[in-house]
Amino acid sequence: MPQITYIDSDGNKHEVELPLGATIMEGAVQNDIKGIIAECGGSCMCATCHCYISDEFLDKLPEMEEEEDEMLEGAVAPRTERSRLGCQVRINAALDGLIVEIPQEQ
Amino acid sequence: MGAPVDRIKFPTQDTQSMKKNVIIIGAGHAGIQAAASLREEGFGGSICIFSEDADFPYQKPPLSKGYLDGSQQKPSLMFRSEAWYEKNQVELRLGEVVHSVDTENQTLEADSGNYVFDTLIFATGAYNRTLPIPVTGQDEPLYLRSMKDADKLKQALDQAAVQDVLVIGGGFIGLEIAAYASKSGKQVTVVEYQPRLMQRVLPPLLSEHFAAKHQEYGVKLLTGTGVQSLHQEERWTATLSNGDTLEADKIVVGIGVLPGQALAQKAGIRCSNGIEVNEFCETSVKNIYAIGDCALHPNPFAKGQMVRLESVQNAVDQAKVIAASICGKPTAYHQVPWFWTHQYNLKLQMAGLSEGYDELIVRGDVAGEKFSVFYFHEHQLIAVDSINKPADHLQARKWIQAAHSPDRVKLADDTIKLREC
Repeated sequence: MPQITYIDSDGNKHEVELPLGATIMEGAVQNDIKGIIAECGGSCMCATCHCYISDEFLDKLPEMEEEEDEMLEGAVAPRTERSRLGCQVRINAALDGLIVEIPQEQ
Repeated sequence: MGAPVDRIKFPTQDTQSMKKNVIIIGAGHAGIQAAASLREEGFGGSICIFSEDADFPYQKPPLSKGYLDGSQQKPSLMFRSEAWYEKNQVELRLGEVVHSVDTENQTLEADSGNYVFDTLIFATGAYNRTLPIPVTGQDEPLYLRSMKDADKLKQALDQAAVQDVLVIGGGFIGLEIAAYASKSGKQVTVVEYQPRLMQRVLPPLLSEHFAAKHQEYGVKLLTGTGVQSLHQEERWTATLSNGDTLEADKIVVGIGVLPGQALAQKAGIRCSNGIEVNEFCETSVKNIYAIGDCALHPNPFAKGQMVRLESVQNAVDQAKVIAASICGKPTAYHQVPWFWTHQYNLKLQMAGLSEGYDELIVRGDVAGEKFSVFYFHEHQLIAVDSINKPADHLQARKWIQAAHSPDRVKLADDTIKLREC
């Protein structure tokens, strides 16, 4: 299983293994990572699973749909080129070693 | 100094911590969030959750959407992992019914015995309204509330032999199910008693938009029509209020819900259309709270009127309110309501409560199915419904929360960016 490192909203590091096909958001919720709220449960409806992806993985991520793009515009923490919604990124083998940073606000 | 120490009954540290014994009834969004928020607030007492539903606590909204169409699997519906409950010392008593609550002695009686509480939280949700008409036959019509219902529904609708599906009720749940069934190739008829779809929450413009979409997928819509009886031989026959009959292989019913208040009512807690609470979600009885679908509360976004909201937002935010309150930081409930539904390619997000609007402004591309409807009451923005316009929705929530009203002339002009309105 790919290993993912979350840096939670308090700056603490958590290394976890996620099953293929799980989303970054689900991985955070299931592992009790602080800062991911995911109010809508992964329906791309609330922008409360905003996270920052480590640079070297940006081009390995699934492409962003228009909907996610729009939601990110409304996210509370500043949007950067590393911004994604955790519910829209599914873990695949190429994402082994991914580092996900959670902003302080959702 | 003769007297044995144990004869003097001073309050001890133990009784202090006993004061912090919280019992939650219900393991939906409200109940689970209450437990999570209590721990986040640093609550150190015991937390026990009773749930009639034997399934490990899961989210209900996807049951009529992603779970039904298979895009969301069971594990992704779970709120938290088993390890989380263990680590946070949240005891789950699943599949266990609470039979009565003694508010004076602060005890409750459940399947496994009596329990003492210092704080009790009703997060009992809602249950389905059932058809008030004669139903005869071997099977029951299908309803959707729990994961078990969803499994049964999916199994029924996925049978190749099932051709004709009759959905009774043109609200969110009925229409989400109709969308799934028609996309999977069934011939679907929706019967709705009101003159138009989702009438309680949507203006005619949006009802019509959804109606057209359902029709595009071959769904037959019978609005302003009731069902008088259902009878099953080989197939079901529905007798309609206009005298016509309809045949179907499966009947699905989504005609609204009623608040889960029987237990509270029996315990003498004030109830009407829900368990009555104040802005702190406190019921008429001390140390007893009600949150989520079951709570009839004063809502600042409904001009302070008593309302009951069936939504994730309401459940989650009220849970946070009581957690703060129990931890000594009382804050009144003041969060803009929001809801969503997903049918075909239409994602409808609703912010605020539009009831009582006196003006509406449509912005965006209606034909292209990317637009929002802004509702005003006396020039004040009260609600926004967005179709495939998530950025509008998020902006709307911020504005309504802050009681900000955009410039109505600018708003009607699509060339001006929304945040500059």
